[in-house]
Amino acid sequence: MKRFFGNFAFTSGLILTVALIVVALAAPLIAPFDPNQQDTARRLEAPSHEHLLGLDDLGRDVLSRIIWGSRVSLRVGFSVVILASIIGITLGAMAGYFGGWMETVIMRVTDILLSFPGILLAIAMVAVLGPSLNNVIIALATQGWVGYARLGRGQVLKVREMDYVVAAKALGARSPRVILLHVLPNIVNPVIVMATLGLAGAILSEAALSFLGLGVQPPTPSWGAMLTSGRRYLGLANHLAIWPGVAIMLAVMGLNFLGDGLIDALDPKYRKEM
Amino acid sequence: MSQYILRRFLQMIPIAFGILTLVFSLIHMIPGDPAVQIAGEGARAEDVVAVRKALGLDQPLWTQYVHYVTHVLRGDLGTSFQTNTSVAEQIKTRYPATIELAFGSMFVALLVAFPLGIISAIYRNSWIDNLARFFALIGVSMPSFWFGPLLIIAFAINHEWFPVSGRDAGLRSLVLPSLTMGLALSAILTRMIRISLADELTQLYVTTAVAKGVTRAQAIFRHALKNALIPVITVLALQFGSLLTGAIITEQIFSWPGLGRLLLTSISTRDYPQVQASILVIALTYILVNFASDLLYGVVDPRIKLE
Repeated sequence: MKRFFGNFAFTSGLILTVALIVVALAAPLIAPFDPNQQDTARRLEAPSHEHLLGLDDLGRDVLSRIIWGSRVSLRVGFSVVILASIIGITLGAMAGYFGGWMETVIMRVTDILLSFPGILLAIAMVAVLGPSLNNVIIALATQGWVGYARLGRGQVLKVREMDYVVAAKALGARSPRVILLHVLPNIVNPVIVMATLGLAGAILSEAALSFLGLGVQPPTPSWGAMLTSGRRYLGLANHLAIWPGVAIMLAVMGLNFLGDGLIDALDPKYRKEM
Repeated sequence: MSQYILRRFLQMIPIAFGILTLVFSLIHMIPGDPAVQIAGEGARAEDVVAVRKALGLDQPLWTQYVHYVTHVLRGDLGTSFQTNTSVAEQIKTRYPATIELAFGSMFVALLVAFPLGIISAIYRNSWIDNLARFFALIGVSMPSFWFGPLLIIAFAINHEWFPVSGRDAGLRSLVLPSLTMGLALSAILTRMIRISLADELTQLYVTTAVAKGVTRAQAIFRHALKNALIPVITVLALQFGSLLTGAIITEQIFSWPGLGRLLLTSISTRDYPQVQASILVIALTYILVNFASDLLYGVVDPRIKLE
């Protein structure tokens, strides 16, 4: 325990991440206003006692929209990480365990997907599938599984030749059983680290796609989309361009801290494998 | 060396074909009938047929693929639905703006990262190192689509030092977009230089050089830094690719007339040939930059050529 809580990055990351999750879960209880309630007469109003972070271009409470927006961010983040890790680890483990043509095909596909920088592939996919929350999740997972596949394959190659795996095979265990019971438990720790950092990446990518108008569609509150509307009123209502960004930065920083702290606490060698 | 270049080049070809195939298949990922989607809701049947014919969607898939690949290899990336002009021409006019932005950002990143990373490595665990590490953390967590507007508020609206948007004011136009994109890269590079140089400084050859009378500064700059740069070059090249995607967001913030903005405009107008071509060009540039970095890597560290 001391290994974890004695680590500044881990502790501060955990506090920020737990705060983010609590805010998302308790959104209906803690948001001071309905995030979609409009008061057009008071549009672009600056922060005040009544509306701590001000009102947006349609007169909606910015703080309430940021609080509700955390739900979108986390929903996308968790969905992408779960989907990408299941697909990636399954394919990576198969590639590493069976080798041969299966490995060649899977790894060449990962090479191709990795040759799309950043969120380019996600942009391309959302462009053809159409902008929506689900399509953002599909697009980000399509690009996100690659990292898990590489990690899975690498780890499987490492443990495949271990005595206990050879013994399990010699005792007649079938491949799926060997992979599930003997190989996968060994890669849990690096996967947890990768998933934490992946969550930060997915939240950032969702915000970026929404900022570009390719993500969550109005009136659903999303931090990225809030920044897009904020950009239109720079100089007139700067609070619109500031606060959603603070929320994104705190969320991403918390998860990055947590991931970094986990690496240090679990095994610093993971830094090379990530 | 020529064998090394050839080997790296040959490795690039299947990847390039993979990208080409994926970009080709984009149009087939459109839910429902792509021709109907492209022609728009409520389009007349003859318009749908015309779109289908124009895109070659009435042909068998295999024929479409061969047609697409052969045309791309000849430099023909298709015709824009919106402007009815060659897509390649559009890209040619926009590409320099994106490259200019990428280099501007890289310049900013290097300008910040080198001194900060080197000082950080030399004075490890000092207050200046902690400050540099904090900066690096802020830099990677701060999204460009937030940092950009903040820069506009501070330096284009509150102080009218730089233009809010566009590319008409020469170098002054380039400053804010470059700072926006350069920040994250400088954060990554600072971290990288710090780790890499700190690692080299613990090596025996540095101690030996100092013991033989070389000054500490000479040992750092003549010996250690050279070796520390090898991993930095790789990161720099990989990050150059990220700059190309980063440009999509930054160009949108600053209305910068580059490839990224062209891509977003074509997405909103459903100009699929333009979308496909822009994505293809960005991805191919990325693998070419990686190829170049592999070559550079071989020059900097001769051991790599022998592997």
